[in-house]
Amino acid sequence: MDTVIKAIVFLPLIGFLIAGIGGNTIGAKASEFVTSGFMVIACALSWLVFFQVALGHEELIKVSVMRWMQSGGFDVEWAFRVDTLTAVMFVVVNTVSMLVHVYSIGYMHHDPHRPRFFAYLSLFTFAMLMLITSDNLLQMFFGWEGVGLASYLLIGFWFKKPSANAAAMKAFIVNRVGDFGFALGIFTVFYLFGSVSFETIFATAATYLPAEGAADAAEPVITLFGMHLDKANAITAACLLLFMGAMGKSAQFLLHTWLPDAMEGPTPVSALIHAATMVTAGVFLVARMSPLFELSPDALTVVTIIGAITAFFAATVGLVQNDIKRVIAYSTCSQLGYMFVALGVGAYGAAVFHLFTHAFFKALLFLGAGSVIHAVDGEQDMRYMGGLRTHIPVTFWMMTIGTLALTGVGIPGTVIGFAGFFSKDAIIESAFASHSTVAGFAFTLLVIAALFTSFYSWRLAFMTFFGKPRASSDVMHHVHESPAIMLVPLYILAAGAVLAGFLFHDYFFGHHYVEFWQGALFTGPENEILEEYHHVPLWVKWSPFAAMALGFVTAWFMYIRRPDLPKYLAEQHRGLYQFLLNKWYFDELYDFLFVRPALWLGRVFWKGGDGAIIDGLGPNGIAARVLDVTDRVVRLQTGYLYHYAFAMLLGIAALVTWMMLGSSI
Amino acid sequence: MTAELLLASLQLSTPEVILALGAMALLMIGVFSGERSATTVTGLAVALLIIAGLMLVMKSPEGIAFGGAFVSDPFARFMKILTLIGSITALVMTVGHARSQQLDRFEFPVLIVLATLGMLLMISANDLLSLYLALELQSLALYVVAAINRDSVRSTEAGLKYFVLGALSSGMLLYGMSLVYGFTGHTNFEQIAAALSAEGRSLGLVFGLVFVLAGLAFKISAVPFHMWTPDVYEGAPTPVTAFFAAAPKVAAMAMLVRIVIDAFEPVVADWQQIIVFISIASMLLGSFAAIGQKNIKRLMAYSSIGHMGYALVGLAAGSMAGVRGVALYMLIYMVMTLGTFACILAMRRREGGNVESIDDLAGLSTTNPFMASVLTVMMFSLAGIPPLAGFFAKYFVFMAAIEADLYALAIIGVLSSVVGAYYYLRLVKVMWFDPATDEFARTPGELKLVFGLAGLFVAGYVLIGGPIGEAAEAAARTFF
Repeated sequence: MDTVIKAIVFLPLIGFLIAGIGGNTIGAKASEFVTSGFMVIACALSWLVFFQVALGHEELIKVSVMRWMQSGGFDVEWAFRVDTLTAVMFVVVNTVSMLVHVYSIGYMHHDPHRPRFFAYLSLFTFAMLMLITSDNLLQMFFGWEGVGLASYLLIGFWFKKPSANAAAMKAFIVNRVGDFGFALGIFTVFYLFGSVSFETIFATAATYLPAEGAADAAEPVITLFGMHLDKANAITAACLLLFMGAMGKSAQFLLHTWLPDAMEGPTPVSALIHAATMVTAGVFLVARMSPLFELSPDALTVVTIIGAITAFFAATVGLVQNDIKRVIAYSTCSQLGYMFVALGVGAYGAAVFHLFTHAFFKALLFLGAGSVIHAVDGEQDMRYMGGLRTHIPVTFWMMTIGTLALTGVGIPGTVIGFAGFFSKDAIIESAFASHSTVAGFAFTLLVIAALFTSFYSWRLAFMTFFGKPRASSDVMHHVHESPAIMLVPLYILAAGAVLAGFLFHDYFFGHHYVEFWQGALFTGPENEILEEYHHVPLWVKWSPFAAMALGFVTAWFMYIRRPDLPKYLAEQHRGLYQFLLNKWYFDELYDFLFVRPALWLGRVFWKGGDGAIIDGLGPNGIAARVLDVTDRVVRLQTGYLYHYAFAMLLGIAALVTWMMLGSSI
Repeated sequence: MTAELLLASLQLSTPEVILALGAMALLMIGVFSGERSATTVTGLAVALLIIAGLMLVMKSPEGIAFGGAFVSDPFARFMKILTLIGSITALVMTVGHARSQQLDRFEFPVLIVLATLGMLLMISANDLLSLYLALELQSLALYVVAAINRDSVRSTEAGLKYFVLGALSSGMLLYGMSLVYGFTGHTNFEQIAAALSAEGRSLGLVFGLVFVLAGLAFKISAVPFHMWTPDVYEGAPTPVTAFFAAAPKVAAMAMLVRIVIDAFEPVVADWQQIIVFISIASMLLGSFAAIGQKNIKRLMAYSSIGHMGYALVGLAAGSMAGVRGVALYMLIYMVMTLGTFACILAMRRREGGNVESIDDLAGLSTTNPFMASVLTVMMFSLAGIPPLAGFFAKYFVFMAAIEADLYALAIIGVLSSVVGAYYYLRLVKVMWFDPATDEFARTPGELKLVFGLAGLFVAGYVLIGGPIGEAAEAAARTFF
């Protein structure tokens, strides 16, 4: 098993090295086959591990690679920790990555830099695998930064496009904010527990909090930002700092601005990194650290609030976007909010379940959108699409399946439904059932978000595939179905989007919960959400269904029945429409609050600090003074003999004077 | 003086005697065979210098001759060999240029031999009088050599300037010597030292010391007695400049070392201040003024001023390590200078003869990669970049200064060598990065040999530094 796990993690790395270093030598075709071939193997092995670990009896596999660093009490090993959570992530990451590799062979076939593209894809996969197999927080941070780097490289893959470069930088810089919090969180954890190893942390965490009324209960253990925190509060602080990292990576409210812009990258990248895998790293982090989060109800409340707001906020913005990829991007943002709500109310299983199903249908939607974009010559604006249903029927049906899964179509109370139906409804019901103080708030926002989700998803489908073609006749003439190499991944993902929920809901968040997770997710003794969410009132079970249906009908009415209505509404409610269209003006606000002051400060330091003071008084100033001195010295050399003789006499006079004064002292 | 004493004295000074007699003979050959004999005389002069050099290398008896006026010791031997190498190389380098530079006169090699004789005597001088006579013998020959191309205004101007200023400095030197004699009652170095340690210093003696050092500083072109250097270097024919930059500097430095370490040893605190002053002034001026130069010979003039400053850092230390540093420095400096001047002599266009502007080196890396590489090595070495010879030269003198607690001197030296690096590296930049305009004519074999050997020495100094360092140490041990 050790070898299998090592193979899974290192095959993408080898693929990256081959395509990255030798890509130009072996050619684009070979690079594609090598990286994709390795991914197929890694994917097959991942499912093997999944069956062995999650569904089989292996509890926890630990594979040591090497000792990474040791300094005093700081001892970090490089090891793979494979439990059910990692096995699930293995399946998600490697399946989607493999399909995206294959799909890209078709999608990118015009691009001259394919070796580089596939190298980056494999690099990303390796970094993501490092993240999910990590045995300690530091290794996780390595993977965390690695995926950030790969994301940066891939968003800016078309580096000649200024907007792509700007988006890449934005993604990187916004993530810096989150990563800063994450790093502080790691420091705090190390300070509190004396280790960054999960094993030690989890073992210590169980008995960390002092009993109610114990003597040392209020004793401060750490001082953070001037606050003296006792043990309970210290845990809260550590969790919140770690969550800050999760917010950045998972594009949660306030740190979400980079995700829509990240759509500047090639579409397969959006499917892999910005929908299915990397952005879920935050969810993974919180799930992995569940033994810690369970100790801090306050931190969980914050997670719930942020998740609920993100779910709602992103859905509202998604309502009015015109770029096909941006709609799906906001949808991703919103669905990540759902996951965090599930985490926040203690339903970790539901969160990971939604992560799992979401990976299938969101990757399906993105790759489907890629297929659409491929068909209409790179056009991404839905206002110039329409009527594509008959031209690209396969893509249409695949997108429809993805939409059905995303909106959560299914019959409540039965086991009939698409993947999203199981996971999303589980989250909504858990939110209602939880004892959290913000449960009602979260439940309300999630139901509204479900309504919006349904609306914008169907709006996307109707604008793209129905109605009259709005593209130029030239484009319409060329519309063609994608090649098989792009369609086969869609079939596989569609199968996942249909079946993943039905097949696995009992394992992830149902009757087989305990034997499936085998302790990979920790829940406190008083956390009984798994039991409680089954017993919510009937109207709660039906409310997401009603929201979904209402959203569908509204979308149908506005875009099929009365296509003039959206425009009318937008004009009637101009302010609201602009507010949503401009994403609640977050970019403008951040530009005003952070970007411009930062640029101003940078310019002050650059022009004033570096240019005027350091360069001016330093190298440039000295060089200029040297030239001045040179000028004068050279002018002394007049060429006149008597000047020379005079200089000699002056020199000797000075020396004699000096010696006389010197000797008299 | 008895016959035995005379014989013993002659035995101690055999190389000098040979050179003196040989110079007369060469003069006769020249006079009687006319102008055409220039090449023959040059060849014979080289042979004569080589013989003198071989005698020094083979066997060199030590002792004091001519009633204490002449001394033969390891230090003198080391410096004499250096001087002879410098003279021989300079003479060899003139062969190809004799015609174009109006050097194809038999007087030229004879004057070089006479100047070299003066230098050998300077190095061995152990008495103020013999020192002065030797100095004048050398100087008079050099004045004439500077103006040897008498049809050229620049050459004659250089000779005249050198002569007038040289006369002024000789006057200062002589005045200083008379004061020293007046306040100590002796002209012999040992006796002066003995008198000083017995009676202590007096103000008059310090006066004399200043004047003596000023006169000698002129010879090594140390600031503020350097003003003649750029003009003479630029004006004199290039082979003459190459000669000026190498052998006389070595001899004058040796003389300076001997007089301060031997005769004025008891007043070390006094001369140390003067040496430190002229050392700092030379280093700074050499570094700063060279930046503004466009003519490569002028540049080398300022470079040599700076390098004399660095060598004086070692002398200022006044220790054995310091003297060893000076000896090494002069050796390495001479090799670098001769190598560089060999390159400068090779700067000859097919039409229009020799050129001297730095810009003429543009694109040398493409037109003559070998020469460009050697010159680059020379420049890096002159700038003092490890692991080339120039670095070790600086390293030893600075180390000596630090051991003698002369921190300020060492720091200023290091800083000024940073400034100095600029103009050396500018030359490298011109050679490697500027586009070529024209090619140089084919480099004569003897120049290739000279700069090739110099390049080898400079680049490979790390490997051969051990035995050379030991020789320098043996020379330095003479005084301690």
